[in-house]
Amino acid sequence: MNTQSQPTDDLRDLYRELILDHARSPRHFGKLESTSHQAEGINPLCGDKLRLYLKIDADQTISAVNFEGSGCAISVASASLLTETINGLSTERALDYYANVVYLLTGVDAANPEIRLDLGKLKALEGVREFPSRVKCATLAWHALHSAINNTNDTVSTE
Amino acid sequence: MTGQSAKKSKTDDSDWRGSFPALHQEINGHPLVYLDSAASSQQPATVIAAVQTYQECSHANVHRGVHTLSHRATEAYEGTRDRIADFINASSRTEIVFTSGTTDSINLVAQSFCRPTLKPGDRIVISHLEHHSNIVPWQMLCEQTGAELVVASIDESGQVDVSEITDLLDERVKLLALAHVSNALGTVLPVKEIIGIAKTRGIPVLLDGAQAVPHLPVDVQDLDCDFYTFSGHKMFGPTGTGVLFGRESLLEAMPPYQGGGDMILEVSFEGTTYNDLPYKFEAGTPNIAGFVGLGAAVKYLQCIGMQRICQHEKELLEYMTTQLSEIQDVRLIGTAANKASVQSFMLADIHPHDVGTILDHQGVAIRTGHHCAMPVMEYFGIPGTARASLALYNTRDDVDALVVALHAAHRIFS
Repeated sequence: MNTQSQPTDDLRDLYRELILDHARSPRHFGKLESTSHQAEGINPLCGDKLRLYLKIDADQTISAVNFEGSGCAISVASASLLTETINGLSTERALDYYANVVYLLTGVDAANPEIRLDLGKLKALEGVREFPSRVKCATLAWHALHSAINNTNDTVSTE
Repeated sequence: MTGQSAKKSKTDDSDWRGSFPALHQEINGHPLVYLDSAASSQQPATVIAAVQTYQECSHANVHRGVHTLSHRATEAYEGTRDRIADFINASSRTEIVFTSGTTDSINLVAQSFCRPTLKPGDRIVISHLEHHSNIVPWQMLCEQTGAELVVASIDESGQVDVSEITDLLDERVKLLALAHVSNALGTVLPVKEIIGIAKTRGIPVLLDGAQAVPHLPVDVQDLDCDFYTFSGHKMFGPTGTGVLFGRESLLEAMPPYQGGGDMILEVSFEGTTYNDLPYKFEAGTPNIAGFVGLGAAVKYLQCIGMQRICQHEKELLEYMTTQLSEIQDVRLIGTAANKASVQSFMLADIHPHDVGTILDHQGVAIRTGHHCAMPVMEYFGIPGTARASLALYNTRDDVDALVVALHAAHRIFS
């Protein structure tokens, strides 16, 4: 039997090397001991579950960020990219990234951010847009970030 | 697709496949390979046509009008009840209660059979492999009554231990509620043996037959169960249809589940006289078109014969299990000796959702996740599985396409 079936362009776009790399070797992974803010994100239908830890200094700088949990390649890679992106930023700028990423992933006009940022590596996530059932995997960590910065301490659910 | 050229086995029956219009389409440029019937099965053309004909020619409310359409609707709706009573060998049509699905059927038993008499210290016994719909209604019931929910364990293969269940069945147990076939693992439980033990102790037994009825011959008198529940949409019928079989003497003694029209004989503000079985449990206008479709689905199954379907799926499941186990890094979840229609698995350390997305892009539809059986996933220490589930319309070609798609997933992540 021929077991060679080539992935389509859409699929290659979804599982880019950068995404797979972050999924296999997530950055800033593990619990952060001295944390000032944290939030949990769950995707009840998928079972994805992650907790985001932030250390926010008095001047509103995010001086440390980690996450732990389990999920699919898309949710883990997105969380990993998040930690790389926002580490060292002001909370205000981190929230700008939140808005930009959600807009990148959903394309919903209502989510169109006032400030457009160069998303750099985060652009690797744009392939997710072609997979509606996976968008919430990619947004999970970002919603948790929003919740953590706003100090709601709520569990963020994609449902 | 390369599988198309594969030689058909003698059990592959293309006539069956040909009866299902939804199977003959392309998904993402590939012929659809539907391996998610445990979640919901496709419908044969006869079911689709029966619903359409009913809507076009016979629709009216049931049990009410003197006019012709109401009579036709009632005949069609009640005809399904007769057919189902025959299909599962109930002793009387009055033992067949129509519900919206298995979940509704189980909730009905929890609230109507158990709740009026359950008290603190009483027990309900279930197993570790149950679907959430055979867990949560009992948890709610226990919260309402102070009774205790006791869970019988499973082993590494995904099978229950009859001797453990036997030990649990003491005088405190007021109901034993078990899956006939596990939706997540495919395990066929030794329900007849267990029911035999429960009977000697006077403990009533409910079976969740949602994953059994489309795949195995089911005879409720032979099983000697007290309640048997199943869903129309997993047996080639429409969604929103379900059945509760209940032993007549038990149903007679139970109060109504919901109040409303159709479940009464006489209503005044001083009091209401409830209708006879099974109408006492069918308040409000039912899903008439859905049950007309379900009747057509049962007719379809009876025409083929459940024994033939069972044999076809048994051989196909063995083929699928063998093919999957030959793929590098596949871990089979659910390896009981007696299984039906379902194989759960993990592919290397790839999350099941990633597997599912990659398979979908090759036209292969499987279910990924916890399959509404989170305690099962917890037992195996995994967030979820990929689950391929078979129905009568699947063939070896479908399994071959699954294998090809899994190799592609493996390559992307390797």
